[in-house]
Amino acid sequence: MPRVKVARKSTFIDMTAMCDVAFLLLTFFILTAKPKVDDPTKAEIPFSSKTTPVPEDNLATITVGNINGKSTIFYSVTGADVRTETLKAMGDKYKVSFTPEEISRFSLLEVFGVPIANLKQYLDLRPDERKGFPTAGIPADTTAANELGDWIYLSRQAERGLHNRDLDIAIKGDRKQEYPVINEIISILGHQKKFKFDLITDLRAAPKK
Amino acid sequence: MAELDTSGGGKHKGGKIRSKKASTRVDLTAMVDLAFLLITFFMLTTTLSKKKAMDLAMPDNSVQKSQLPVAATRSMTILLGSHNKLEWYMGEAGKSAPTVDSYGKDGLRKALIENGKKVAETHAAPDNFMIVLIKPSDKSTYENLVNTLDEMNITGVQSYAIVKITPMELGDLQKNNIY
Repeated sequence: MPRVKVARKSTFIDMTAMCDVAFLLLTFFILTAKPKVDDPTKAEIPFSSKTTPVPEDNLATITVGNINGKSTIFYSVTGADVRTETLKAMGDKYKVSFTPEEISRFSLLEVFGVPIANLKQYLDLRPDERKGFPTAGIPADTTAANELGDWIYLSRQAERGLHNRDLDIAIKGDRKQEYPVINEIISILGHQKKFKFDLITDLRAAPKK
Repeated sequence: MAELDTSGGGKHKGGKIRSKKASTRVDLTAMVDLAFLLITFFMLTTTLSKKKAMDLAMPDNSVQKSQLPVAATRSMTILLGSHNKLEWYMGEAGKSAPTVDSYGKDGLRKALIENGKKVAETHAAPDNFMIVLIKPSDKSTYENLVNTLDEMNITGVQSYAIVKITPMELGDLQKNNIY
């Protein structure tokens, strides 16, 4: 009687399909990934129950962070072209001349918190050296004319000139920030007849019931 | 994971020497490993939680519009003090004793809901909604303000405004040791 032979099968699995799927997913994640921007402001934003997402473009953000126990104002605006135009206008206004190199560096700068007088020095540094630069914050007060107000006003003008729309303003503040600084920013916006703006918050992890 | 050689392994005895047909199969294991490693990396580094925006509208202080008279009994004033404490009162300042309260569901939210109901019961429609004035003092934090605005949203208060605090109200906060 012949013995029944069990056919020895190859252990080789066809991985072509698996490989395809893996690379498809990989491509998806690479394309959707947004690199985390190193946030120098270290602002811990408060929670709320709002679920409206922050707009991705056409937005200027005023951040109030707490650096070494002092409230420090940072400013950022979306769009490299808007940043370029804003810096040129600011340079004209404050009589600081920026080289094309500095302007192109500024257009890549996500967020900054130095007075205009020090901005030239700041831009001349390499990105890794900028961390050591003293972040004095952008000077602001409740009067109609101040540096932060000019940044906001000129970037709104730049946005209007380039894309013909009004720049949205968002305020991002540290939780423990005392109210006077926030009041300062609100009144600066009020001087510019900007009465509608956003407060950036984080979704509360577990809603209280 | 190498492929097992399942061919017979016979020897070519005297026969013609045939050139071995190379398999067209490529071992994809390493490639798949790498792909999944990268997927994991990108999945973990992408920021999934997007920041949320709370829209806030301030009144235009440059135009003097004709203001509608509003019954004082419909207004609730919230004074934001220090140490995460607040106090609120109904109606005009100084006429009713303010209540010191805390933020959160048992503090401000309860007060807002109760006062809102009371106002709705005692006033005739359609002017029976409560008007809330938020007065942050200099000692209150940004988080306090955001929390208060959030409570407005949760309790569905239709009309509220951020107003400058008066010296008298500051004195009141001081009296209650929250300034």
